[in-house]
Amino acid sequence: MSSIVQQDPQLLEQNPPLVKGGVDYHDLSEKICSVVEPEVGQTPMKYWIVLAITASITLLLGAMLTYLVATGIGVWGNNKPVGWAWDITNFVFWIGIGHAGTLISAILFLFRQKWRTSINRSAEAMTLFAVMCAGIFPLFHTGRPWRAFYWLFPIPNTDINMWQNFRSPLIWDVFAVSTYFTVSLLFWFTGLVPDLATLRDRATTTIRQWVYGLLSLGWRGSARHWRHYEAAYLILAGISTPLVLSVHSVVSFDFATSVIPGWHTTIFPPYFVAGAIFSGFACVMTLLLIARWSLNLQDLITIKHLENMNKIILVTGSIVGYAYACEFFIAWYSGNIYERFTFLNRAFGPYWWAAWSMYTCNVFIPQLYWIKKMRTNLWVMFIISITTNIGMWFERFVIIATSLTRDFLPTSWGYFHPTWVDMCTFLGTIGLFLTLFLLFARFLPMIAISEVKHVRSYEKHAFKPGPLGAPAGKVH
Amino acid sequence: MREQKTGAGGQGPGASTGLVQIQGQIQGKTEPAGLKYWRSLNELAHTEQFQKWVENEFPTSHTELLDGNSRRTVLKVMAASFGLAGLAACHRPEVILAPTARGREDYSPGAPYQYTSVMTLNGHSMGLLVETYDGRPTKIEGNALHPGSLGAATALTQGSLLNLYDPDRSKEVLENGKASSWEKFAAAAKTLLSGDGSGVRFLSETVMSPTLADLRAQVLKKFPKAGWVEYESISRANEASGAFLAFGQDIDVHPQYDKAKVIVSLDYDFLGNDYPGPLAGKLFSAGRRVESEEDLDKLNRMYVVESQFSLTGANADHRLRMRGGDVKQFATDLLAALSAAPSGNDKRAKFLAAAAKDLKAAGAAALVVAGPRQPAIVHALAHAMNQTLGSAGATVTFTKSPQALTKTDPLTLLTTEMNMGQVSTLVILGGNPVYTAAADLQFAAAMAKVANTIYLGADPDETAADAKWNLPEAHYLETWGDARTATGVPAIQQPMIEPLFGGKSAIEVMALLLDTKDKKGYDLVKSYWLEQMPAKSNKEMTWRQALNDGLLKDAKAAEAVKPTADIKKISAAAAAEPPAAGSGIEVGFVASASTWDGRFINNAWMQEAPEPMTKLVWGNAALISPATAREKNLSEGDIVTLSKGNVKMEAAVMIQPGHADNSVTIALGYGRTRAGRVGKDVGFNAGLIRTSDGFWYGSDFAIASTGKTFELVTTQERGLAEHLNDRPLFREASVSEYKAKPKVIEEMSEVPEIHSIYPEWTWDKGHQWGMAIDLGTCTGCNACVVACQAENNIPSVGKDQVRRGREMHWIRMDRYYVGPEDDPRAVEQPLPCMQCENAPCENVCPVAATSHSPEGLNDMAYNRCVGTRYCANNCPFKVRHFNFLNWHKNDPEIMQMVQNPDVTVRMRGIMEKCTYCVQRIQEARITAKTNGRKDIQEGDVVTACQQTCPASAIVFGDINDPNSKVSKLKKQERNYAMLAELGIKPRTTYLARLRNPNPELEA
Repeated sequence: MSSIVQQDPQLLEQNPPLVKGGVDYHDLSEKICSVVEPEVGQTPMKYWIVLAITASITLLLGAMLTYLVATGIGVWGNNKPVGWAWDITNFVFWIGIGHAGTLISAILFLFRQKWRTSINRSAEAMTLFAVMCAGIFPLFHTGRPWRAFYWLFPIPNTDINMWQNFRSPLIWDVFAVSTYFTVSLLFWFTGLVPDLATLRDRATTTIRQWVYGLLSLGWRGSARHWRHYEAAYLILAGISTPLVLSVHSVVSFDFATSVIPGWHTTIFPPYFVAGAIFSGFACVMTLLLIARWSLNLQDLITIKHLENMNKIILVTGSIVGYAYACEFFIAWYSGNIYERFTFLNRAFGPYWWAAWSMYTCNVFIPQLYWIKKMRTNLWVMFIISITTNIGMWFERFVIIATSLTRDFLPTSWGYFHPTWVDMCTFLGTIGLFLTLFLLFARFLPMIAISEVKHVRSYEKHAFKPGPLGAPAGKVH
Repeated sequence: MREQKTGAGGQGPGASTGLVQIQGQIQGKTEPAGLKYWRSLNELAHTEQFQKWVENEFPTSHTELLDGNSRRTVLKVMAASFGLAGLAACHRPEVILAPTARGREDYSPGAPYQYTSVMTLNGHSMGLLVETYDGRPTKIEGNALHPGSLGAATALTQGSLLNLYDPDRSKEVLENGKASSWEKFAAAAKTLLSGDGSGVRFLSETVMSPTLADLRAQVLKKFPKAGWVEYESISRANEASGAFLAFGQDIDVHPQYDKAKVIVSLDYDFLGNDYPGPLAGKLFSAGRRVESEEDLDKLNRMYVVESQFSLTGANADHRLRMRGGDVKQFATDLLAALSAAPSGNDKRAKFLAAAAKDLKAAGAAALVVAGPRQPAIVHALAHAMNQTLGSAGATVTFTKSPQALTKTDPLTLLTTEMNMGQVSTLVILGGNPVYTAAADLQFAAAMAKVANTIYLGADPDETAADAKWNLPEAHYLETWGDARTATGVPAIQQPMIEPLFGGKSAIEVMALLLDTKDKKGYDLVKSYWLEQMPAKSNKEMTWRQALNDGLLKDAKAAEAVKPTADIKKISAAAAAEPPAAGSGIEVGFVASASTWDGRFINNAWMQEAPEPMTKLVWGNAALISPATAREKNLSEGDIVTLSKGNVKMEAAVMIQPGHADNSVTIALGYGRTRAGRVGKDVGFNAGLIRTSDGFWYGSDFAIASTGKTFELVTTQERGLAEHLNDRPLFREASVSEYKAKPKVIEEMSEVPEIHSIYPEWTWDKGHQWGMAIDLGTCTGCNACVVACQAENNIPSVGKDQVRRGREMHWIRMDRYYVGPEDDPRAVEQPLPCMQCENAPCENVCPVAATSHSPEGLNDMAYNRCVGTRYCANNCPFKVRHFNFLNWHKNDPEIMQMVQNPDVTVRMRGIMEKCTYCVQRIQEARITAKTNGRKDIQEGDVVTACQQTCPASAIVFGDINDPNSKVSKLKKQERNYAMLAELGIKPRTTYLARLRNPNPELEA
């Protein structure tokens, strides 16, 4: 521990350590596992209260979906010009949030960004839960999910003997999202295995031994295990990386391949991916700040972690802002009257408030992060993480619903009013997301113990000023 | 990499076991000769076992997956699973069903049969062909042989079918509200109608039926002191009295719009609410049809003066808005202008001068018509003008009326008698007078003073509530009857089905009252007509022929006459008329396009058919001009009070561009207090302020906002004029522009060439279905909308769902305003599915539920649809309709009878849309094969919208056949495909509207 304290203060200023507070390996295991092991640290009452609330909201989701399936899509506000509204907005919103997990896990892993280790586990979990929430919408927005489920997947069927229409972006969606979910799940689980083994070894009750024993797949920590684990993790990171780009690109194809002004644009894939990372990081930020505060993880989730994330939020937010500007420019430059009208209508039509909420939250507010004080202030980053997700929800709504309300024929124009079922369904998915996250926090290590130990060991043993002032620790 | 990583769970047995092994290896070794140098324990224990362990614990970069064999295995397994996935071909067992051993000759169960019949409304008769399946009528079409339909049917006529299946109809004979029977009524009638009939009064609608007229004569003969009054809320009394005023005799007037080159309509909405039949549209559109170069010079030109913006106004080349009360002065001035050129420089004067000049130039090909809502003098003035122009007898013909027409307000006298206690028995044959009578008559109160009131009515309506005897009236498709056409040719009304609720027709009730015997309508009608036939003819044969044709072709028609109008007398009468009312608000009443006078209020098809101009559904509104709205500080949806003296009503305001200022128009037939589940409390009852002296136009009303608001539901957003101007959706040009430059239509948008890496599909084999819609002839009457609804089992969704934007009409009528808000022009554009060859809806459907047929149809496989709605989103025309809910859930069982068995009824969660009536194409194909023909021929397939279109504006056919009508139309220069610039290649194309404005007014 003392080695860090003895570091050059100036260097510390430039590269603050990723693990603070003088924790050693044992402390790490204790700190992280204590959350999961009630006999060490009793589960606080506030946890159960919060879980009860989120679980109730999840029940609301179940009730809403039952009502929907029993009655029809008419219980939502969707209508003739607006065939997709909150349903697909929520789908894209959740899928977008699900992007940060993979990005942090895979891409930052491949780029050897050590700071990811404290946050990647919960970010990956968040990804999975977000994709689960997202998956609800395309399945249920048909009103008859059993048909959608049966016919959207290439399951051999005897009644109609038909393949899916592989020209449809919705089919691409099905494959993209299910692949993404599967790979993310494997990636997450693979990363969990050593930690599950830790939990198994620390387990004091038979049930815990059993459950964690089963889940840890007989992990013994042998060099052979580590070797396979590392290889698998790397491969999965490699597979996941293109998925980060592909999933939201494919989701954006739902719109980009259509003919509707406001949808039909080639800028969508990068624009959607940037937006997804933007919203995903914001969501991770919200959750981490809460976890950091409630579980006293200040030593593990340091200001440096948070600041790095804010930098990414600033970059992606600016990319999104550039995309907005670009859309307007192209609408004007194309000379297409329908396109021009759509963008004027977007900013100054009946949905001006949604559009300006989106511009404000996504483009203007994150500019505060140019200031270091802002991007290291916990309150500022908490608020911005919330406004970013509000803004990103509005972005999807603006793209999807307002483009549909007024397209080519003025005689078919309309307006969309959400119903209470729309609202409760969305609220319900938030409940589901939080419930899953709370259960995750209670039963699985929120922070990758083994990976943080690695960073710890690296900082402890190899943190010496290198020739360029950067850490000179060798990686191999 | 990262070998130094320390796993928390790294207590595995691997390391320790290795050590033990190594020790074991060392201990167990036999010492070889000489010294053995070793560098490490590992090397010392360099055994095969050790090597294996090392390889196991620290494997080299060798992985099995990259092994060629393994990779191939993976691919093989994948290929096999794909192959297996395709092996999904399990067939259902085939079952042979035995056909019925004996069937009725000439009858196939489940096959459609068409029968002729006739419907009457507003003193017009409309010949019908009714399609029935196993005895249930499912669709009404026009009878081509009938001179009042010529094969077309209007929205109202077609919609009347749904009234047959109305579950809320009167179902039983009621006496003082208690269940009774026809027998009991017959017994009671014996005492009610006895002696000389004094105190007995009959109140009926316009008697169109010769059989009923005959029975009336018999009854009045038997009971000489009895009286008979005809009354209709939407009355044509002004027309009759105008003709009488002009010619001094009872004359029926028949405008021949097809023969006219210049038409001036004095507040006559003959294409819309003032005329319920298809004939006027049929004739008028003939003068707008362009099929060849020469036709361009033959286009008619129409001038319309009116207060509300009507369909006729929308079809006019020039329209002048003015209050209804001012039309009389305009007519007077126009008559004067025919002889002396008028002066003045304002819009009205210019319009007047131009119209007069044009009329004079047209001479015998000119036509001036006056609307039934205008007083008799305006009709007389129109007759005077036609006579002056020499067009009387040419563009307007006359026949002698078979009966003295009602010219004065007949109900006032009857009500007075009732109030004075002179009426003891009142027999009301339909018409719901309690609701429709003028407010000042207080008909309900008068009715209470009559001891015996007998009401034969279809619905348990307001009149039924007040009547002592309540008799269920049979629907016209349930009973025998007859009606003469405008020119007097009789048509036979054939029933399609036994009375569903035991009702009887007016004919049967009259026969019952005449001699208390329950006679069948069939016998009454047939015996009447057999009597009329020449004694020596084959009467039975003639009768059968009449049933087949729908009318007695050889029967004596009304006598054509050529009366002369006394122009001086008419001018004098016009001058003697009091001047137009003062500056207060004028309220004009108009028949509803949906409920007519309220009789179709419980009809969901009609309620949901958007009003052609305002696009209002499920209700009416007080229409005012934008200027009046500004002046009175009113906005759309404000509830106002319209009051004058002791009458007043509340209604929601709707701002109609092009409406006359200081004037309110409100449709009758709404706000019914006693109606069925569909029509109860829909709209505002304009009857509350409709008085005898302001029966059509009431002057000097006060309008005041109540501060309350109301949500008016339309199928179209409003205030769109500015957006159409730069969108080449509806295209039009004046004839002169088009003649000078035929490409003017095509050049309104730039259609880029499609560059695809795949060769374009050529669509040159077999039939290739296509449609051309002539915007020049389409009048926007909604007939196609209702026809499509009936043919394709399209559900009605109700006001709340239309408000949410979920109406289902497969073909809709788009209305655009062009020009300034205060005085725009309006155009109508029917919009079915365009059946794009590169349909954007098709490639986005994940389950291929919508795909192209080889014949170019954009087909829907309903049972494949999972309901993602992606297709609807990607449809640039938004002609796809989603079943957001189970619209049929609350349908009473009887409503199921109206469904066309050839078309699937769609469940919730399914997308639906126009398929060019694919069921009709298939049926034509089967018929062609059954008849030994090889293939479908031109004319075999007629879509429902095409069939009923009074303007014949919709033409469907094989575009692969260069001789088909549709191919020829599509070759016209004014043919254009809407949004073709998207590269979607619509199969449905439009023929641009050609306007024929007067160059003097255009400048």
